[in-house]
Amino acid sequence: MDSEIIRVIAFLVGVIAFAALNAAYLVWLERKEAAHIQRRIGPKEVGPFGLLQPMVDGIKLMTKQILIPDGVDPILFRLAPILAMIPAIMCFVTIPFSQELVARNINLGLLMIFAFASINVLALLLGGWASANKYAVISAARAVAQNVAYEIPMLITVITMVMITGTLNLNDIVAQQPNISQWYIFRFSASPLMPVAFLIFFVCSLAETNRAPFDLSEAESELVAGFHTEYSSMGFGLFFMGEYANIVIGSSLAVILFLGGWQDPFGLFPGVWWFLIKLYCLIFTVIWIRWTYPRTQFYGLLNLSWKILIPISLFNLLLTAGFLKVF
Amino acid sequence: MSHPLPINNQESFVLNLGPQHPATHGVLRVKLTMDGEYIMHAEPVLGYIHRMHEKMGENRTWAQFMPNTGRMDYLSALSFNHCYAALVEKAMGIEVPERAEYLRVITVELNRISSHLVWFGAFILDLGGFSPLLYAFDDREHILDLLESVTGSRLTYCYFRFGGLYNDIDENFVDGTREFIKTMRERLPMYHNLVTKNIILIKRIKDIGPISKETIRKYGATGPVARGSGIDYDIRKNEPYSIYPEFDFDIPVYTECDSMARYMVRMDEIEQSMRIIEQALDKLPEGPIMAPKVPKILKPPKGDYYQAVESARGSLGMRAVSDGTNKAYRLKVRSPTFSNLSLFSEVSEGMLLPDALALMGSLDLVIPEIDR
Amino acid sequence: MGAYFKELFSGTKSLFVGLQITFGQMLKPLVTQQYPHEISTMTPRFRGHIELIPKEDGTTKCIVCGMCQRSCPSGCITVAGEKREGVKGKVLTKYRLDFTKCSLCGMCVESCRPGAITFSKEYNLASTRKEDYTFDLLKRLEEKAK
Ligand code: SF4
Ligand code: SF4
Repeated sequence: MDSEIIRVIAFLVGVIAFAALNAAYLVWLERKEAAHIQRRIGPKEVGPFGLLQPMVDGIKLMTKQILIPDGVDPILFRLAPILAMIPAIMCFVTIPFSQELVARNINLGLLMIFAFASINVLALLLGGWASANKYAVISAARAVAQNVAYEIPMLITVITMVMITGTLNLNDIVAQQPNISQWYIFRFSASPLMPVAFLIFFVCSLAETNRAPFDLSEAESELVAGFHTEYSSMGFGLFFMGEYANIVIGSSLAVILFLGGWQDPFGLFPGVWWFLIKLYCLIFTVIWIRWTYPRTQFYGLLNLSWKILIPISLFNLLLTAGFLKVF
Repeated sequence: MSHPLPINNQESFVLNLGPQHPATHGVLRVKLTMDGEYIMHAEPVLGYIHRMHEKMGENRTWAQFMPNTGRMDYLSALSFNHCYAALVEKAMGIEVPERAEYLRVITVELNRISSHLVWFGAFILDLGGFSPLLYAFDDREHILDLLESVTGSRLTYCYFRFGGLYNDIDENFVDGTREFIKTMRERLPMYHNLVTKNIILIKRIKDIGPISKETIRKYGATGPVARGSGIDYDIRKNEPYSIYPEFDFDIPVYTECDSMARYMVRMDEIEQSMRIIEQALDKLPEGPIMAPKVPKILKPPKGDYYQAVESARGSLGMRAVSDGTNKAYRLKVRSPTFSNLSLFSEVSEGMLLPDALALMGSLDLVIPEIDR
Repeated sequence: MGAYFKELFSGTKSLFVGLQITFGQMLKPLVTQQYPHEISTMTPRFRGHIELIPKEDGTTKCIVCGMCQRSCPSGCITVAGEKREGVKGKVLTKYRLDFTKCSLCGMCVESCRPGAITFSKEYNLASTRKEDYTFDLLKRLEEKAK
């Protein structure tokens, strides 16, 4: 067999393991962080600092019965959780953890990630629709409508980035930011609004991953559990893992595009550890945000998107184009 | 935000919110007829936790009904205690010693703060913010500790007796209360910075769920709900009872009529309650805590008696008809949230589901008190 | 336009203030009690289920007047006594408390003239069987005396 194929398979197995482990331990991190924000202690009984808790939870989830309620569409109902997980795994393929540690260094990596990330909404829609539950249907409708709100400013920002970097290859983008002053978030020579662009990207990726304060489609005080109300066992587990995998991808992209990926801030020891440190700092922030704010309302998100994010990101796009032309 | 277009009847569906739903604290069920996410009609269905307290009042002696009062509204049990005790005292013509009145006011106001704290947390929880709930519960825990040390229980108090109190307070309580007020004064700005000024929250509740003065009058809503719509009505000022006239405090009134106004009324009331408690602690007289001659077996003279107090949720009234025996002939409780909930159906029409739930949260519903 | 930017600015600021507050809370000490590992002591006035107070010799002060039984709003107390040779008054033979119905109101304690009953400080009461909540207080007293 071709060594390239073996390499990709090895990476895929690694990526799936990484995604699953990440989902498990991000739950742990989330619970711990939430607990400490609320001045509680969080999981502590199973293993030291409750570190074995995610494993136990996983076993519990897997041993539960998969309930398929009456009146659901059996095929779509089963398909939806898988469809939520697969694109998330696919996105990992092009993410450069370090210069060498990337499954497939594709020239169109950035494009591919966005292509697959939008499938996620489809999974929510299918899951909600197939559940034949009113809450789930409302939630699915919200997820699709929400999509319109965040994708536009996000893509405009990404176009701005592509204009500056001149490539869609993620590894090349990282290579252009060898130290902290060269990180795109601080690259004021490209556009003075770069930190704002980062914020816009970050906010949109929160909305994309259905995280608070944009968790409209899972709003438990309104829609019980939203699109996964009817799911039990690993059906629910897959949605859950997909969601956390999406958080990792969103944060990875932010790290790659704006924070120098696997590059060392001082240009000394670039490597996978820097990527992970930056990644988990961002994820920490994502969780921190969730436990601080109340949820937005639907038109709140639309207003935010159309009245604030889109004008500013468009302005930034024009500004960047001008800067590129002049300098 | 209300429905921009006439609602199309053909595409409506019915959504059953509750009796088991994370947004309806307790077992309230609301039958919503919806058009997409817009509510065409909301119909609250009550009775899931009906316990016939009023009927029990007719089957027990006057004194035996006392523990029931604490179970109707589990968040401000002492207000109910107070109302019932004052009612029977009125009927029997019992004079309550001054010290007892002061202690009643102190404990009731503490209870009011704890009730508002629970509401605050639960309201933000309805809006999707989790942490403020636990901060509020942390503060509330101090109140519960204080009240436990004098009343013996943490939630369903049964502390007041006809003619006075069950037992006296000690030094620890006075010090503890002062300490609590001090920490609470430091915490309130934190709540305001974290929650009140938060742009997301402002967007969620400002101009949402407007309740006009006419609607308030029509449904007899009281308490913070009425005061958030610009109606300056508080039993403590308008029909003074106990020793409230001796204290200097304000009734917060907002005229915006929206959920934000109701939110602000309650937050300001916490501050006002602390003012009352401080004054009461300063003036607290020595003396007995029980009226000297309270008969063992109560037989109020024939008649019809009514007493109203301001509970944390609004005007609470109890009416008793006595036929001169040791049991009430009829005992009627007018609970504030029942009236406050009644307007939900009218106001929520044409609203979006999340907004309607924000409105419902701002009404501060306690279901066992509605059903009794 | 000015209002737009003002709101944008103050709104963003409020979000950062919120984050700052929750971060500050994260660094503060925990406030929760790790319940099964730490057990709090109850305040002296805590009301657990009622129990008989022993005299110095371990017997009860109860004179079987039945006041507690009559005053209890929920009818959870059953007392019985009998006449015995050489003892003045009645002797308590049975004191049953049906704790499933008790509302811990304290009417019984207040109505007891000789002060024979009080609240216990027990709160760790959990069981799946209803019978576990029917306490024989006289037996408890005798066991305690031993
Ligand atoms: S505390 Fe109240 S309910 Fe319980 S046994 Fe005594 S009188 Fe009855
Ligand atoms: S009231 Fe006191 S003395 Fe009388 S029966 Fe009850 S416990 Fe015994």
